[in-house]
Amino acid sequence: MSLTVTDLRVHYRTLRGEVKALDGVSFTVADGEIMGLAGESGSGKSTLGKSLIRLDGRMRHVGGTVELDGVELPVGDSAAMDRFRFSEVSVIPQYSMSALNPTRKIGKMVAELLASRGERLDPAELERRLELVGLSRDVLGRYPIELSGGMKQRVVMVVSTLLNPSLLIADEVTSALDVSSQKAVARTLLGLRDTGLVTSMIVVTHDISLVYQIADTIMVMYAGRLAEKAPADVIVTEPRHPYTRLLISSLPEVGVRQADKRLSGIPGSPPSLLDPPEGCRFRDRCPLAFDRCAEQPPFTEVAPGHSVACWKAA
Amino acid sequence: MLRLDGVSKIYRVGAFGGRELRAVSGVSFDVNPGEVVSLIGESGSGKSTLGRMVLRLTPASEGTITFDGTDVSAIRSRKAYYRQVQGVFQDPFSCYNPVFKADRVFAMIKQEYFPEMGRAEWRDRVESSLDGVRLDPGQVLGKYPHQLSGGQLQRMLIARALMLDIRLLVADEIISMLDASTRIDVLNLLGDLRARGLGILFVTHDLSLGNYVSDRTVVLRRGRIAEMGPTDRVFGNPLHPYTRTLLDSVPRLHTKWADEEPAAGQTPCPFHDRAPDTPVRSDLAEAEKEHYVACAGSGACPAAKETA
Repeated sequence: MSLTVTDLRVHYRTLRGEVKALDGVSFTVADGEIMGLAGESGSGKSTLGKSLIRLDGRMRHVGGTVELDGVELPVGDSAAMDRFRFSEVSVIPQYSMSALNPTRKIGKMVAELLASRGERLDPAELERRLELVGLSRDVLGRYPIELSGGMKQRVVMVVSTLLNPSLLIADEVTSALDVSSQKAVARTLLGLRDTGLVTSMIVVTHDISLVYQIADTIMVMYAGRLAEKAPADVIVTEPRHPYTRLLISSLPEVGVRQADKRLSGIPGSPPSLLDPPEGCRFRDRCPLAFDRCAEQPPFTEVAPGHSVACWKAA
Repeated sequence: MLRLDGVSKIYRVGAFGGRELRAVSGVSFDVNPGEVVSLIGESGSGKSTLGRMVLRLTPASEGTITFDGTDVSAIRSRKAYYRQVQGVFQDPFSCYNPVFKADRVFAMIKQEYFPEMGRAEWRDRVESSLDGVRLDPGQVLGKYPHQLSGGQLQRMLIARALMLDIRLLVADEIISMLDASTRIDVLNLLGDLRARGLGILFVTHDLSLGNYVSDRTVVLRRGRIAEMGPTDRVFGNPLHPYTRTLLDSVPRLHTKWADEEPAAGQTPCPFHDRAPDTPVRSDLAEAEKEHYVACAGSGACPAAKETA
């Protein structure tokens, strides 16, 4: 087991109290697994991604453990985490466009970054990796402003994975890109895993159809908790959680026209995480809700590799 | 109703404005009442610039945009034009002033266009307009923008546009900031408005959304029309290599991307290698009835004469 997360709780401090953005999350990611992490805004997916590498100032680690390759990560202690960042756990941030230093040429920036970690890298290896993501070595002599959004995104991908991390977190890496660059970037992620540069990966996204293209498993979050985790095909074809079902059926696909088939959204909106209701958090919007939903359903395995948090799914 | 004829937009770039950048060149199409036309393109294709020109937010450099036969740039009173044509944009959050309550957008419409209308009558009008976009007036009126969701804010902006009995709505990427579970409702709303006779110019980069709601599709590439026609024909039988690439890149549920990248070999150019008796309208060939396609472009077609 590469990554084991047990009952992780992360809250945000606000003036009005604690926002329980991540409220008891347990799952595992196997070696070589690409896990898609899907959910709407406010579901806690980005909080989960971030808390595995760096909690920002407003985030507080309330409880739970994260274990990577048998070593417990000190997620609550930013200074102690520094030893693991970049080398064991790495991240491709959401806005790679602004992640690069605009005053440095790419090559110089990479060298400085490595030097700060006391590492050196063979230039030939760097060029090989640029080639892997479809960039020529010329980019090393260019400034970030000279590259397109998709190119910058891929430069950041190379930089993030220079030290062959065991776990890579890709946070909404394709959201700001055009469809054709989206495809190239998504395929690059796949290439990083297939060539063994990255052992396993968590791809955070709101776009299920995109992550379905590359992920082995998909985990769906709702209002700070896990709703369902299953192999990608199972999530798309036989989802068990009512939220996943409604979400999948609300996605328009190429070929679906309103005149032929009218899709519908999910009525209502997610609960406030400042003071979340007891029991299942999807209860108010769920067409299948019944009395027992007032009690929180456990996230249990209903079939091999398929876990669901719903009383009706078991 | 709305007609664009050879519309171009040229920006002056460089230190002293010495160079020209053609953001849009020679675009012609029209939007009829009760029709959704989607304008699809990647970033930099000029799709938003076109929307802005239709809304008179920026003037066209060449060509004409006419609304009911009148050149929009010649219309003296902007107010009269905006009574009939309104826009809704991508980011609903930045359309509201966070200091004021969200329904101030309605109050501003009243102040500007209906100053003499009575309070009760106006209230009824606001409520029926909110009803039209399926918002519960009790839930959204009197709230501040941060108390409402993106979908609610976006629908309020549509309701605001509808207060004016508009005939054309320019919807520029109105869905992209919304969550999956609510975006389909806004999309369905556009479909319902069409049924009431509203013409909609739906600007988007998302092919599946454009396909879901529109009657006709215009695919833009580098400021030019690559392909246009009835949506089912453009998506069912894409003729331009660019449209095909776009369609292949769209992530779909139930089907994974094909493993093989399409061979980069020479494919026939849909414009220059057209069948001998194909009708031609300026630089577009009418391959099927009302289905127009342009030259494959430099790199893919030896006969291409594309200006940089």
